[in-house]
Amino acid sequence: MKNIALNDVIAAISTPVGSGGIGIVRISGEGAVETADKIFVSADGKKLSEKESHTITYGHIKDAKTGEIIDEVLVMLMLAPRTYTAEDTVEINCHGGMLVTNKVLETALNNGARMAEPGEFTKRAFLNGRIDLSQAEAVMDLIDSKTELSRKTALTQLEGSIKEKVHGLRDELLDMIASIEAAIDYPEHDIEEETYSQMNIKITALKEKINELLKSADTGKIIREGVEAVILGKPNVGKSSLLNRMLMEERAIVTDIPGTTRDTVEEYMNLGGIPVKIIDTAGIRDTGDKVEKIGVEKSKKCAENADIIFMMLDASRPLDEEDMEILDFIEDKKAIIIVNKTDIDKKIDFDTLCNYTEKENIIYTSVKEDKGIDELTERFKEIFFGGEIQTNDNVIISNVRHKNMLYKAIEALDRALVTIETRMPEDFISMDLQEALSALGEITGDSVDDEIIDRIFTRFCLGK
Amino acid sequence: MSYIAEEADVIVVGGGHAGCEAALASARMGLKTIIFAISLDSIAMMPCNPSIGGSSKGHLVREVDALGGEMGKNIDKTYIQTKMLNTGKGPAVYSLRAQADKGRYQREMKRTLEKTENLYIRQGEVTDIIVEDNVVKGVKTSSDAIYNAKAVVLCVGTYLKARCLYGETIIHSGPNGLMPATKLSQSLLDLGITLYRFKTGTPARIDRKTMDFSKMIPQYGDENIVPFSFENTPEDIKREQVLCYLTYTNENTHNLIRENLHRSAMYGGLIQGTGPRYCPSIEDKVVKFADKEKHQIFIEPEGENTDEMYIQGMSTSLPEEVQVQMYRTVPGLENCRIMRTAYAIEYDCIDATQLKLSLEFKNIHGLFGAGQFNGSSGYEEAAAQGLIGGINAAQYVKGEKPLILDRSEAYIGVLIDDLVTRGSKEPYRMMTSRAEYRLLLRQDNADERLTEKAYNIGLISEERYNKFLEKERLISEEIERVENVRITPKENVLELLDKYNSTRIKSGVKLSDLIKRPELDYFKLSEIDNERPELAYAVQEEVNIKIKYEGYIKQQINQVNQFKKMENKLLPADIDYNEIKNLRIEATQKLNAIRPASIGQASRITGVSPADITVLLIYLEQMKHSKRSE
Repeated sequence: MKNIALNDVIAAISTPVGSGGIGIVRISGEGAVETADKIFVSADGKKLSEKESHTITYGHIKDAKTGEIIDEVLVMLMLAPRTYTAEDTVEINCHGGMLVTNKVLETALNNGARMAEPGEFTKRAFLNGRIDLSQAEAVMDLIDSKTELSRKTALTQLEGSIKEKVHGLRDELLDMIASIEAAIDYPEHDIEEETYSQMNIKITALKEKINELLKSADTGKIIREGVEAVILGKPNVGKSSLLNRMLMEERAIVTDIPGTTRDTVEEYMNLGGIPVKIIDTAGIRDTGDKVEKIGVEKSKKCAENADIIFMMLDASRPLDEEDMEILDFIEDKKAIIIVNKTDIDKKIDFDTLCNYTEKENIIYTSVKEDKGIDELTERFKEIFFGGEIQTNDNVIISNVRHKNMLYKAIEALDRALVTIETRMPEDFISMDLQEALSALGEITGDSVDDEIIDRIFTRFCLGK
Repeated sequence: MSYIAEEADVIVVGGGHAGCEAALASARMGLKTIIFAISLDSIAMMPCNPSIGGSSKGHLVREVDALGGEMGKNIDKTYIQTKMLNTGKGPAVYSLRAQADKGRYQREMKRTLEKTENLYIRQGEVTDIIVEDNVVKGVKTSSDAIYNAKAVVLCVGTYLKARCLYGETIIHSGPNGLMPATKLSQSLLDLGITLYRFKTGTPARIDRKTMDFSKMIPQYGDENIVPFSFENTPEDIKREQVLCYLTYTNENTHNLIRENLHRSAMYGGLIQGTGPRYCPSIEDKVVKFADKEKHQIFIEPEGENTDEMYIQGMSTSLPEEVQVQMYRTVPGLENCRIMRTAYAIEYDCIDATQLKLSLEFKNIHGLFGAGQFNGSSGYEEAAAQGLIGGINAAQYVKGEKPLILDRSEAYIGVLIDDLVTRGSKEPYRMMTSRAEYRLLLRQDNADERLTEKAYNIGLISEERYNKFLEKERLISEEIERVENVRITPKENVLELLDKYNSTRIKSGVKLSDLIKRPELDYFKLSEIDNERPELAYAVQEEVNIKIKYEGYIKQQINQVNQFKKMENKLLPADIDYNEIKNLRIEATQKLNAIRPASIGQASRITGVSPADITVLLIYLEQMKHSKRSE
């Protein structure tokens, strides 16, 4: 069954990602105020449900479970029908930057809201008669293009290995559901039914696996999150040292995933508060070696798709043909040129570099002596918050969505464990497991439609 | 030379389980109805298993009964063993199943048809459907007799161009050696109706005198019986029950099958395509589950006054001589004699997506389809559709709105919605896994869900309706009482709790809270519930389920409320989906073909994505706006 609802509670960040320090999380739908009240503690101690419509309240967003304060916020309460969507709406103005805004959104999602589909607020505004007919075409186009985009990103976001893991989890769930359902639909067949304690063990193990996934999601491993940056340069200009240095500096090493080729390495880090995936390439140089050539092509391809390029040069050597070739390659792209090894004699021609980019985008560093790294970070932040990097909102959105679905799956499994513990009949366990299955399906894009029945008949020999 | 034989309001073609329900419903709703059967001796025939009900099928029978249908009553009259299955697995999946005396089942049903006012039974083969300007006008029979009618319900089962096969043998016959309907398919094709070719099969019938039951495990019926019909009490229908038996195949069986696989009609290429997954032949089982050392075989009597025994689990299309050898490998069947050969049957049926949710053809007014003809399998699935087809044919003639049950109201709703929205590439079997709101669609509350609807269209008598209202009143009164009774930690209370290993209470609690404890229920608490009134079991059961599973039930009701919102957004019948910008091509094609009645139905069509649904919602809203501004 496809999950479509008309006025359930939805939430999303309604300000563009990455542009400025204030982010707004909008919650809309039947029950929006209840959701907000679960996560918001006002300074005056009053609940939002006790407040007048169209008022602003100061307070904090708290994690309902841990009690941890997430952000200091202003909350606007707007009750139906005089709101954008014509539904009860709460807008949370967050001040802690993008990551915190994200966290606020996640908290809302874990307390009754569902992640809004792209364009869903506008869609509701229209369906509830708030938008003029003349705007309808535009709304259609917007929703259509956004949905397409998010579908594409949602599916390409998943790392191959993560996708496999989620598929694996679903597979185990499907097996459990199928054996319960087969036994229900064929009561007299000798189907090997699992005992409650067997199911308990399996579900607990599944939960553990999802928790592991969630941990990696928090550190950005689950999807290629954030700005994609590529470090380019000839071998031995200091690319790897820079990378190591940056990772140390930020103490935000996430993990290293070996690239798909033998010679690209991906790292995730938090650069000046911005989530970044950095791809360290093998080093571009002309080569006759066939294997290496593939690596070089790969590097260029990475650079082609990157949001920003860090081009690294060796200050102690004059620009040669290979450098020029890379410079030509990055000329029309967003790039910062890093001139490294300034601790040794400068032999590089600064004026030539200026032909390729603005002065501000040329940063001098000495990774060895720990110089210039802060300048690099600062410049990167300027570019990012200046809106020069056209990063895709959906990238971040789908990560939150995925996490939300993993939480939902865990909650459903928890309920299944309670159902087992209280010795409720199998039918109820199946209900909980099916919820977990459909939550995981939202991540992988699989629908539950006929899956269970298909599985029943592949696994069990049934019939007259 | 054709001649005009008669006029009727509704004509039902086919006298199987769908046809009987369709004809009875239409006649009981006051319309002159004629039912045609190829042989009057085959009315309500059970050509395959000798049982009614089972998982989810039992639910269908209860629903048919709650809507004023006949199947439940007829099996209550003629059962020879009954069982409530799945009782440990949750109230939603309790399933009632009864073994039938096939002969009596048929005779009783035929007698009921005969005794029904406005209903006329006629033996004959219908060869043509007469349609003018997309409106049905009647039927023609093989004797060139024309029967004019305002509505026609096709319940032709597996008879259309049927052939039965085993080994290299092909017999052009319907089920059980009956005459097939060879001409009607062409008439349907001429009307532009798309036909599929489906197949299914049945095992052999074996002489019980040649069986050794000492080598088998006897299977008993329940002592506490539950009737299918809401109008019957257990006392009304209590009788002696017969035994069924369980035995198993073994490696010898499997080897013999493997050696002769090439001679199976199914595997030898005589039959195209794949068979239904839920009733595979024994060949299928041996091939697909090669590592299974044995398969269960249930031996079920076909009636009390016959020696024919049904061999459940061993349907096959192997050659006759291999069948004999094969059955003889099974313990207890070493010396068995076959009375009827097992066979596979192939037949024409329709692509049900050509029907509306009312079961009327989208392009032919007044023509309805029901039962196996629509691509389903099973007696119960057929009866359920027949009932709805008959009701809606009558409603059509009367100029009233059709009765459409949705997925949150009945298994019948799930069945019909699945068939007409998604179609089926193999005979469709009802399963509880298909019902997403199954906790609400229980077999015990079918009357609560449906009886009022049937009363409103005239299928439930005033008397029965009042009884139903009284039952509902008792249930809600008792629930209210139980929610207000306080139980204090008195000696006898603590004793009872200890007896069921339930934590002792320290202060007063509501009786309903104790019922909710997993180890307790309404029944177990009767001895500490001093003011409990005397109530029928059906009432007590409802009270227990509704209190005990209150939380889960509420959860599903919330889901249903969301579901209903989408179902209530209706799509006009005349939308040209090509005109709607932004719909994906696949969605446009599917929507144009299926023409869903609501946004909800549209969302269940394979190939229609949530984005397409958004587009449709916006389109609907646009239309509303432009209508307003006109």
